[in-house]
Amino acid sequence: MRKIGEEELVITSEKAGIIRQEIIKMLGEAGSGHTGGSLSAADILACLYFWEMKLDPKKPDWEERDRFVLSKGHAAPVLYAALAEKGFFPREYLRTLRKLGSPLQGHPDMRQLVGVEACTGSLGQGISWAVGMALAGRMDQRNYRVYALLGDGELEEGMVWEAAMAAAHYRLDNLLALVDNNGLQIDGNIAEVMSPEPIARKFAAFNWNTLEIDGHDHRQIMEALNSGRSFKGRPTAVIAHTTKGKGCSFMENRVEWHGTAPNREETEKALAELA
Amino acid sequence: MKKQATRDAYGQALLELGALYDNVVVLDADLSKSTKTVEFARAYPERFINAGIAEQNMMGMAAGLASCGKVVFASSFAIFATGRAFEQVRNSIAYANLNVKICATHAGITVGEDGGSHQSVEDIALMRSVPNMTVIVPADGISTRKALFQLYQHDGPAYLRLGRPAVPQIHHPEMEFAIGRAVELRSGKDLSLMACGIMVSKALQAAEILAGEGIEVSVVDMLSIKPLDKEMIISKARESGALLTLEEHSIIGGLGSGVCEVVCEYCPVPVSCLGINDLFGQSGSPEELLQYYGLGVEQIVEKARNLLKKK
Repeated sequence: MRKIGEEELVITSEKAGIIRQEIIKMLGEAGSGHTGGSLSAADILACLYFWEMKLDPKKPDWEERDRFVLSKGHAAPVLYAALAEKGFFPREYLRTLRKLGSPLQGHPDMRQLVGVEACTGSLGQGISWAVGMALAGRMDQRNYRVYALLGDGELEEGMVWEAAMAAAHYRLDNLLALVDNNGLQIDGNIAEVMSPEPIARKFAAFNWNTLEIDGHDHRQIMEALNSGRSFKGRPTAVIAHTTKGKGCSFMENRVEWHGTAPNREETEKALAELA
Repeated sequence: MKKQATRDAYGQALLELGALYDNVVVLDADLSKSTKTVEFARAYPERFINAGIAEQNMMGMAAGLASCGKVVFASSFAIFATGRAFEQVRNSIAYANLNVKICATHAGITVGEDGGSHQSVEDIALMRSVPNMTVIVPADGISTRKALFQLYQHDGPAYLRLGRPAVPQIHHPEMEFAIGRAVELRSGKDLSLMACGIMVSKALQAAEILAGEGIEVSVVDMLSIKPLDKEMIISKARESGALLTLEEHSIIGGLGSGVCEVVCEYCPVPVSCLGINDLFGQSGSPEELLQYYGLGVEQIVEKARNLLKKK
């Protein structure tokens, strides 16, 4: 069990704040992109990148590193902010998001940006990719762990459940999937568009070790990560209950902020709230 | 003449590759006995992963394995590997330019009795249209084996189109195989037959009949569909003044289309495309189906005679 103390919680809280501010800044600059689902995942990525994962930004190809796959690839800004803050590339890169020739593509591209482990964005595919990485890790007798972050709307893709079946079948206890359960998808409330509920019971039925947490409570996130690391014989699914647009009052739980970037005025307002 | 199905040659070559290289990993989707990956699975169970009947996840896992340094050979029937999982192949494998070799068997109408739902006539078109993808359609067991070794060395994704029925051995065991290079099997200045897959041996038979009529045709195995051997196409167009393409695939988007793209741009000459005429397949024996869809030897001869009149 890794230590969860005040010191650790202060660090990840600081990092989550920086990640949120960078998300707003880069999306404001870009003029398009996915704000709500980036903000809802900020606490999860802060805990993964600044508490949980074995990474060395100076050796991005280190074979023993832990791997993170952003299966909900449209939340690219949260990943880019975390990678920049971790030191994989200069923070100035963030100003180029979605611009022609930028390594910060609209959806993550491993061939363009250091630190990105997979090409994702077409929903459902990242979890399969992560299963493949976990299989490779076991074949090579390496101790790295693989993390995948999915959206709750993403669970509507049938491929997710093919991957869930395979991960349990192959007993991939080196794999942990988190679901950013913010309750909204492009067309509205997931309960109204196409409900993936009951999510935890579905993963449990697929034979995963399953946990439900508050996805903004860093202690709970860390405890879930600790639990996944120590659980043997099955993959772990962490259903993280989150708020879309978390941190900016006028964005929270508002579906119109799924795929919208803030204008100048909204950017300033959001940054003032996050300061 | 010795006969062997390209899928059988694939299964044997995989065993050789597995013995030589530790990073070879094979995936299948519950068809290992048909795709012939079963031999590899028996020899190297720790490097074989059965995805079950879940082709989309198989392609996603293949990407993940390849991103960790594995050279992945992923097999299923052509219809499922390229159709069911098209977008996984496109976005997870080709977009990321990963070392996944999609080796699909049971391509084309010679699947036979299983019928049209299982007969892929669009797979070459689908795979050829994807950036980064190499497409190889071998005509016999020897070239299949050579292709597999080349594809292992090749950095990037590839599609290898294999068949169900036994086909005649047409290449010399010491043949030179290179991605992007066609192989001329017979020369003749009146007309050039440019074929791939099972149609290469049919083209050779047609060439014999035409030779009996005093018509000398060259036969080229266009095994590298992408990249296409432009030099060979241009040189044959200039030499014989007309080209006949032959493929067990839709006339839309396959070898014929690829040859026409080159001919139209660089050396316009009459081209006739023999293939499946924008139709689905159906149940029947492979030979019956080839006749029914106009891919029999007599039909090739007829098409060649008609094309000669256009020169």
